[in-house]
Amino acid sequence: MTAEAVLIETTWTEVCPVDALAREQGVAVLLPDGTQVAVFRTHDDALYAVSNVDPFSGAAVLSRGIVGDIGATPVVASPMHKQHFDLRTGVCLEDADVSVATYPVCVCDATILLGQP
Amino acid sequence: MARTLVVVGNGMVGHRLVQALRDRDAEGGWRVVVIAEEARPAYDRVALTSYVDSWDPMTLQLEGAEFTDDDGVELRLGDPVVIVDRESKVVRTAGGLAQSYDALVLATGSVPFVPPVPGRHLPGCHVYRTIDDLDAIRDSAARARKGKGRGAAMVLGGGLLGLEAAKALRDMGLSPHVVELGPRLMPLQVDEGGGALLKRLIEGLDVTVHAGTSTSSIEEDRGRLLAKLSNGIELDLDLVVFSAGIRPRDQLARESGLTVGERGGIVVDEGCRTSDPDIYAIGECANLDGMVYGLVAPGYSMAEVAADRILGGTASFPGADMSTKLKLMGVDVASFGDAHAATEGALDVVFNDAVKGSYKKLVISDDAKTLLGGVLVGDASDYAMLRPMVGRALPGDPGSILAPSGGGGGVGIDALPDEAQVCSCNGVTKGDIKHSILEGGCADVPSIKSCTKAGTSCGSCVPMLKQLLNACGVEQSKALCEHFGQSRAELFEIARVTGIATFSELVAKHGSGRGCDICKPAVASILASLGNGHILAGEQAALQDTNDRYLANMQRNGTYSVVPRIPGGEITPEKLMVIAQVAQDYGLYTKITGGQRIDLFGATVDQLPAIWKRLVDAGFESGHAYGKALRTVKSCVGDTWCRYGVQDSVGLAIELELRYRGLRAPHKLKSAVSGCARECAEARGKDFGIIATENGWNLYVGGNGGMMPRHADLLVSEVDKETLLKVIDRFLMFYIRTADRLQRTSTWLDGLEGGLDHLRDVVVNDSLGLCAELEAQMAQHVDDYADEWAGVLADPQKLARFSSFVNAPGTPDPTITFREERGQKVPVLLGIPEVSAR
Repeated sequence: MTAEAVLIETTWTEVCPVDALAREQGVAVLLPDGTQVAVFRTHDDALYAVSNVDPFSGAAVLSRGIVGDIGATPVVASPMHKQHFDLRTGVCLEDADVSVATYPVCVCDATILLGQP
Repeated sequence: MARTLVVVGNGMVGHRLVQALRDRDAEGGWRVVVIAEEARPAYDRVALTSYVDSWDPMTLQLEGAEFTDDDGVELRLGDPVVIVDRESKVVRTAGGLAQSYDALVLATGSVPFVPPVPGRHLPGCHVYRTIDDLDAIRDSAARARKGKGRGAAMVLGGGLLGLEAAKALRDMGLSPHVVELGPRLMPLQVDEGGGALLKRLIEGLDVTVHAGTSTSSIEEDRGRLLAKLSNGIELDLDLVVFSAGIRPRDQLARESGLTVGERGGIVVDEGCRTSDPDIYAIGECANLDGMVYGLVAPGYSMAEVAADRILGGTASFPGADMSTKLKLMGVDVASFGDAHAATEGALDVVFNDAVKGSYKKLVISDDAKTLLGGVLVGDASDYAMLRPMVGRALPGDPGSILAPSGGGGGVGIDALPDEAQVCSCNGVTKGDIKHSILEGGCADVPSIKSCTKAGTSCGSCVPMLKQLLNACGVEQSKALCEHFGQSRAELFEIARVTGIATFSELVAKHGSGRGCDICKPAVASILASLGNGHILAGEQAALQDTNDRYLANMQRNGTYSVVPRIPGGEITPEKLMVIAQVAQDYGLYTKITGGQRIDLFGATVDQLPAIWKRLVDAGFESGHAYGKALRTVKSCVGDTWCRYGVQDSVGLAIELELRYRGLRAPHKLKSAVSGCARECAEARGKDFGIIATENGWNLYVGGNGGMMPRHADLLVSEVDKETLLKVIDRFLMFYIRTADRLQRTSTWLDGLEGGLDHLRDVVVNDSLGLCAELEAQMAQHVDDYADEWAGVLADPQKLARFSSFVNAPGTPDPTITFREERGQKVPVLLGIPEVSAR
């Protein structure tokens, strides 16, 4: 490999207008390759994106979980069996060996965009 | 080959023996045959008087009395043993049955003693021991009621049982006269000072007391009875109840040549063995060291001892605690230890408050250091703490212990040694309970109860269990979660009083952080109970738990089930066809629920509005199967069709379901209405259950099925519908205000300070002056009710949430797939992705 960095092409998918995602709620997004991602907006208007699939049940439901905080960590609780996932890292608070994938997310022209590396 | 144990008698003590033996006989070494005279399975004779509340024998039946799940026990009821043939080791019954035994237990109890008063066999003269006796008394009382004015009754005997009988008679609408030969009421338990107060308190309750006199004769007089007392008083009566003590039932033993005591009772040793080593006697028929015990606690001890001996153990009778605490017509009476200061040199310290109606006496040793016993009348709250201290050093000055402000005064739980019995009904010591907390991991009163059995009989030691938990450092924190230091009940009050209507404001002013999946749904429920509009309106939507969030029940593959309300389980064929058509069109798995309605499974998020549009258009509404809310009011078919029904149970069930639909509560609420005492709707397994009687409705509360089954307790009996609705309104609102998060009515009632009596005081007698407010709150709920699903269908914003993907609204979740089983579709189990720590 050469010394120059490998340029990673990130594809961005339009999610929805920022206003369509209320604070402390989530939505599910279907990426072109069939991947499902949950996008959340916290009380401070920060946006987070993690895999929508709950690793414990296999069901694509995390976007329907309750958003809040444990300690100072922003979390979503799985609606299936209530395990908490750190929205920043995807790591499960109850079992650090389990985590969900995280995705870059940004706002452009009042529209939420979701990145896929 | 198992040996055969025959138990003669199926009272409380006989039943305890069988239970104890079955619990410990792990190898199944014994087959048990119970033969008894009464046709009913064992029932709680101590609570006999409460039978008058419901006239339902099932309310008294002891837990597990039918041994339906135990092949090792055979019950032969309604056929008394008449002969014990010790030589061939066989018992014979009146019905002609012969049963051989390897070991025999006599638990024949006692018979009421009827003094030889002329006229004692006249119609209208009764004894007070069995359910059948009470049924007969009820018949006499009913005849008396047909006459003019208030009927009158005489109770012979002013002891514990006589006062119980007086209460029962008063509850039946008669004016009772209690005639006691001794100088005061309850002469065995209470001293002179306590007796005087007791008489005053009891007479305040419309019972006339004639102490220090006897009955000379009873005669028939113009269709009624006339009793002449030895002090010259004559009483016109409708019925007479004899409760002048008991005599051990030892006839079988006498006839078979076993040794009996001079004044009756089958003589046993400290292992409860009679003069025949294969025969045991326990309970009120046994005579141990010249004593016949007429209380259930020593009977239970004997049952445990005999069970142990039969299984080869060496247990021996620990001696009886004759302490008693009871509530007679609302008057507390307790006596313990050497209540009459019979010990040589004993001193007593008396605190007598005639104004408040409280009499307390402590009997202490001559050096004023050791507690020997005591009497409490009017206020027996110190009993739980004082009784285990008997025979031990007093922790403080006796005067300060009795001081009314003290509540046990200087006596703390720490003053008790580990070997002191905290629960005397079940023989559980302070050490046992500490062990269950520190080693057994019990963290609350219900778990201590199930682990040690402490507090499960009379319940007087429950306050001590709480203190022990505290003393062991088990934090009984009421904090809801890390965001709120308050309990749910406290948050409810804050929201109610301040009118705060959003989670954000509540957490900002009274909590910390941004909330979590514990406090958010709890607050959402509180806001909904207080009537804050649609549960998916505005910020509330983000608070709702999994199922409430989509007004449907999430299943294991992320799909939902749909349950339309079918009030009372009554449905027309036309409406059934609508459900069938919807299920067919959307390919939904269909199942009948336990609550008499229909559950449709396998709907995806985006299908829910379309499914509900069809249902709402056909006149259905949300069944709240997803909510911590009223679920169903189940019913039997009632007197409209049923040959046995006495009231319209379906009509009432529908009315109740429509009244309370949509009511959000700390946990789900289930109800049922039965049209007669056969109880086909299983109302006593519900949070509130109603059973019809010929004269009205009986309301039972706090029942539960599930993991911790509990029969509901009778709250009010034979009330009309208007009263019934009022009491249910109050009960539900009181529960909603004060229960913890996810606490069903059963555990709430078990943990409620003062229990059922307190609940009745609050919601029936209005002791807290809350009833009008509770009723108004329920009236508000009834007025404000609107169908949640109709509300979603009418609001594009709420509808927008019901899509699988925000960027592809029409596309269903591709991971959801189904297969077929027994002709219907079921979920294909999801592969759980391999997850690694990266």
